[in-house]
Amino acid sequence: MSQGSDTGEVLKRTPLYDLHVALGAKMVPFAGYEMPVQYPLGVLKEHLQTRSKAGLFDVSHMGQAFLYGPDHAATAAGLESLVPGEIAKLGLGRLRYTMLLNGEGGILDDLMVTRSASEADDGRLMLVVNAACKDADYAHMRAHLPDGLTLEPNEDRALIALQGPAAASVMSKWCPQAGELGFMTASSAEFDGIDCHISRSGYTGEDGYEISVAADKVDQIARALISHDDVEAIGLGARDSLRLEAGLCLYGHDIDETTSPVEADLVWSMSKRRREEGGFPGADRIQKELRDGPSRLRVGIKPEGRAPAREGTEIVDASGSKIGKITSGGFGPSAEGPIAMGYVQSAQATPGSEIGLMVRGDARPARVVETPFVQHRYYRKPK
Amino acid sequence: MAEMKYTDDHEYILVDGDVGTVGITKYAQEQLGDVVFVELPEAGKVFSKGDEAAVVESVKAAAEVYAPVSGEIIEANGDLEANPGLVNEDPEGGAWFMKIKFSDKSEMDGMMDADAYAKFVEEQG
Repeated sequence: MSQGSDTGEVLKRTPLYDLHVALGAKMVPFAGYEMPVQYPLGVLKEHLQTRSKAGLFDVSHMGQAFLYGPDHAATAAGLESLVPGEIAKLGLGRLRYTMLLNGEGGILDDLMVTRSASEADDGRLMLVVNAACKDADYAHMRAHLPDGLTLEPNEDRALIALQGPAAASVMSKWCPQAGELGFMTASSAEFDGIDCHISRSGYTGEDGYEISVAADKVDQIARALISHDDVEAIGLGARDSLRLEAGLCLYGHDIDETTSPVEADLVWSMSKRRREEGGFPGADRIQKELRDGPSRLRVGIKPEGRAPAREGTEIVDASGSKIGKITSGGFGPSAEGPIAMGYVQSAQATPGSEIGLMVRGDARPARVVETPFVQHRYYRKPK
Repeated sequence: MAEMKYTDDHEYILVDGDVGTVGITKYAQEQLGDVVFVELPEAGKVFSKGDEAAVVESVKAAAEVYAPVSGEIIEANGDLEANPGLVNEDPEGGAWFMKIKFSDKSEMDGMMDADAYAKFVEEQG
């Protein structure tokens, strides 16, 4: 039951630190920051709150940066030399999930890339990267991006996420413009007169928004949002169970420098052009895996009993031979039972495959299943 | 007269004759958060003091429940498997984990009483 250790490291705080403390959050070290793991409501109720109404998340620890170049084609081409995603064809006001790759096609980090909705910002992309990786990501990009592109971290901006089926109606109270966005689109906007940048996206599988705003203005927005009857503050604990139910990867757990996008079942994030043309780090390995199939694959796993199987749990086949490992596992409050993700040898990666999970010395029955565990409910704008 | 003793693993043992009723303390369940799974030993199982006897898992983490004394399990609380949330609602009452028949009562020596445990928890911050 240890709750993190005292490593003597000086922890950073987000601009919402005082608000978290005032709300009674339990603060823990996470990626170099003091972050709220839960509020008095508790992980279970915070999770269910987000699925039934709306939850507010402080994700200001994540890295926000601008990438500048002479025009979209040049900036996109530069970034595409480091990621396998389709950036060239990213439309105005659209965002996309992709990943920074190392020379072996392993994942250095996963990130969101947004192209500004305004033609006036042509040549600028906004990146959001993981907190634990941001310094390494920036160094990597600076070292490898072609001349003519500039990376500019935005240290003075905060980032919050409002997630859940009530997110749109809540946002409309202060930011009517938010309702016009479809899933994975973005725009600059005003929230109660405060300049911000909003995208309709998130990490829970629910409809919702991420709001990027000047650090000294975020407290005002956060307090407005939690004053709404439908909104509660949500900590990292529920953020983790929500994203696991949604089948979304957590960097450093489900994906890392050894896993390729093919093994991680993230091929959907690469366009046909990029798969065929390559031109990203590790293209040899990735194209070979696309051709021949990867030796292992990330899958969803449903234990048959009630016992959760945690990260690190060994996965075995019917004969007891080791075939893989759980990378994220726990209890899904909305799935109403234990759920997990992990890597298995490709032969056992088909949904329905019967596998065993080594929990406390016993091989406990489980099945490979399709993800998500809880249906995504993103907002698709009517055409 | 039954007396309640506490271990530094945040378990309690309610002693009545040569039988102890074992569970996790209010403080322990608060640290753990919402309990979603409990695994209990079968009656008849024999443990030495300090053995892992049961498992309690919250949304966040798994924790072992150790046998606070050596002895034989005479009963486990089946209600917990059906309703793990009871551990959060009534940890030191209805949510007991198991009843254990002592083999050596002297193993209780040095366990904390309620006042000493309250101080111990305070020191945990």
